[in-house]
Amino acid sequence: MKYFYNKKHKKPLPPVPDINIVLHDDEDLKAQAQSETFWVLVWRKFRRHNIAVIGATIALSFYLFSVIFADFIAPYGLEQSHRVYKSAPPQIVRIIDNDGNWHLRPFVYGFRRELDEITFQRVYKPDYEVKIPLRFFVSGEPYRLLGFIPTSIRLFGVDGENMVFIFGSDRLGRCLFSRIIYGGRVSLTIGLIGVVLSLTIGAITGTISGFYGGHIDNIIQRIIELIRSFPTLPLWMALGAAIPDAWPPLVVFLMISVVLSLIGWGGVSRIVRGMVLSLRERDFTMAAKGLGASDKRIILRHLLPNTASFLVVEATLAIPGMIIGETALSFLGLGLRPPVTSWGVLLEEARQVRVLAEQPWLLLPAAFVIVFVLAVNFAGDGLRDAADPYTK
Amino acid sequence: MVSFIIQRIFHSILLLFLVSVISFIIIQLPPVDFIDLRLEELRQEGNPNAELIMLDLRYRFGLDQPIWMQYFRWMGGFLQGDLGVSFDQNERPVSDIIMDRLPMTLVLSLATMLFIYIVAIPIGIYCATHQYSAGDNAFTFIGFIGMATPSFLLALIVMFLIVIYTDIPIGGFLSPEYMDAPWSFAKLINLLSHLWIPVVILGLGGTAGLIRIMRSSLLETLGQQYITTARSKGVKEFFVIYKHALRVAINPVITIIGISIPAIISGEALVSMIMNLPTIGPVFVRSLQVLDMFLAGSILMITSVFVVLGNLIADILLAWVDPRIRYD
Repeated sequence: MKYFYNKKHKKPLPPVPDINIVLHDDEDLKAQAQSETFWVLVWRKFRRHNIAVIGATIALSFYLFSVIFADFIAPYGLEQSHRVYKSAPPQIVRIIDNDGNWHLRPFVYGFRRELDEITFQRVYKPDYEVKIPLRFFVSGEPYRLLGFIPTSIRLFGVDGENMVFIFGSDRLGRCLFSRIIYGGRVSLTIGLIGVVLSLTIGAITGTISGFYGGHIDNIIQRIIELIRSFPTLPLWMALGAAIPDAWPPLVVFLMISVVLSLIGWGGVSRIVRGMVLSLRERDFTMAAKGLGASDKRIILRHLLPNTASFLVVEATLAIPGMIIGETALSFLGLGLRPPVTSWGVLLEEARQVRVLAEQPWLLLPAAFVIVFVLAVNFAGDGLRDAADPYTK
Repeated sequence: MVSFIIQRIFHSILLLFLVSVISFIIIQLPPVDFIDLRLEELRQEGNPNAELIMLDLRYRFGLDQPIWMQYFRWMGGFLQGDLGVSFDQNERPVSDIIMDRLPMTLVLSLATMLFIYIVAIPIGIYCATHQYSAGDNAFTFIGFIGMATPSFLLALIVMFLIVIYTDIPIGGFLSPEYMDAPWSFAKLINLLSHLWIPVVILGLGGTAGLIRIMRSSLLETLGQQYITTARSKGVKEFFVIYKHALRVAINPVITIIGISIPAIISGEALVSMIMNLPTIGPVFVRSLQVLDMFLAGSILMITSVFVVLGNLIADILLAWVDPRIRYD
């Protein structure tokens, strides 16, 4: 490291050791190579699995678009509805119109009201006379970007009083695409919080259980077995039903995360316990103990970091379970309830087959759930292969 | 072996007792109960006797007594077969409601398990022995999608497709003409023809998972040296796989039996609701939505009994197949 020596101040130079410090090339490289952490190696191995990388990219983009930039991507607010076009089908964004002409600016066709001959209900069909051009970076309902920058620019929209429903509208005339984006924000966040809670409880109890053994170990393992004796979904449903309607939505949201995490921590705890049991006998643990390290230091500084690779993989693979759990609960009305919107709440509106037959676009949130779960499963699989020290 | 079994049985009984306590606590958790909701309803209707009716109900079912006394009343009745009554269904005894639906639920669950095992094990063996072939890749791909799609979404999509594109009537296990008919071969066929759709939907996720496990377990076993020895000794390939490798590879699959029972029981609730099947699941969900305590608690207790039983059977099976476990 070179010291900046300002000649004006005329401070004395620091003492220089009397050794000729000349780094040879290979020593330089060795010094560099030794600083590669475990995670760098894991990343390199992970990059080679194409499917896993695609999955991870998709999953992260979901989080980016649906959680962080939800307001920008969604053209309309959560409750913003059109006075007239209720239960309208999706308007397909086109570049070629019906006569075969190309347009530079994408557009959609307007709506035409018709009376369905069989059901005598109002149906909306595309009106090929009315072209509504799509505008980008329009000014929509105001919001706070990233939580604090007040703005109202949205990615796309249309002029005037019209609303564009690229995924159709629900029975109250609200844009399904916007609701899916906002719903994704809630679903994905619950998945994340639930996993963090589940892993934290599991890692702590597993470490204590494995490290101390004896009675504490026994009690914790019995508790885990007790929880395992209940069927998962009924237990979630019963706990979900126990959350009173009167509580504020944010508290309900947190309680659902807690309920979802209550089942998962058992498996994590057992595996961490197994890992700690073997790590406890290793030389470095005994050396640390011999040097007088306290129990707390051994647990936090030596044992837990060694379980980190398993915990990261487990976290990635547990997120889909949490999201499916929340979707299932809300689908039955035992989880989140309106006005809080999540993918499960959106699917609850599509519960009856009768409704589905007339408005099949209401099933679109299911596609998002499936794609996200698939993506995270692929990414988690690749991560597990990359973090596995036994395969090349 | 026998001492192992007895030990596990005692263990399970203790577990069931704890399960009953937890079930009871869970049922007591909602701060509002059915009686309060009915009270509100009656008040809004303007019924002058509302309070008296509710007080009477409370007294009759011992709901004004301390919690631990209620628990003992409930458990006492439970062990004698009296599970209380359902407020929501005009005080019909809970045991009646459950016995109405339990046989079909069991049939559905058993059929699903059979489906999963009969389908997944041969496919898993095929995938392992023909690794990376077109069939293996196809099954792996389908398996991934099957694992990613939650069962109730699959049920919705399948129902939707059937209703729109075909004329098959769905809903229920029997066609109307067979509902009250005595059991006969024709009725059995009718039952099976209605049963296969729910079984396939419920079983698809479990099948996908089991195929993967069977495949990876068999692949690992086939890489062992004794398999190479057997082959070089001249043992026919069929016997190498089915007599030597499979016995070892089947170990994790049997472990899964224990876990898949609670999974099927919990999964069927959602699918049954969507497909209008007369099983316990929909009754349970409705009882939770209206906070019908005795019914919800009893169903939770009974399904947990099945889960504990399933785990017990799985443990015993595993000890039977793998002698190392018995001497733990």
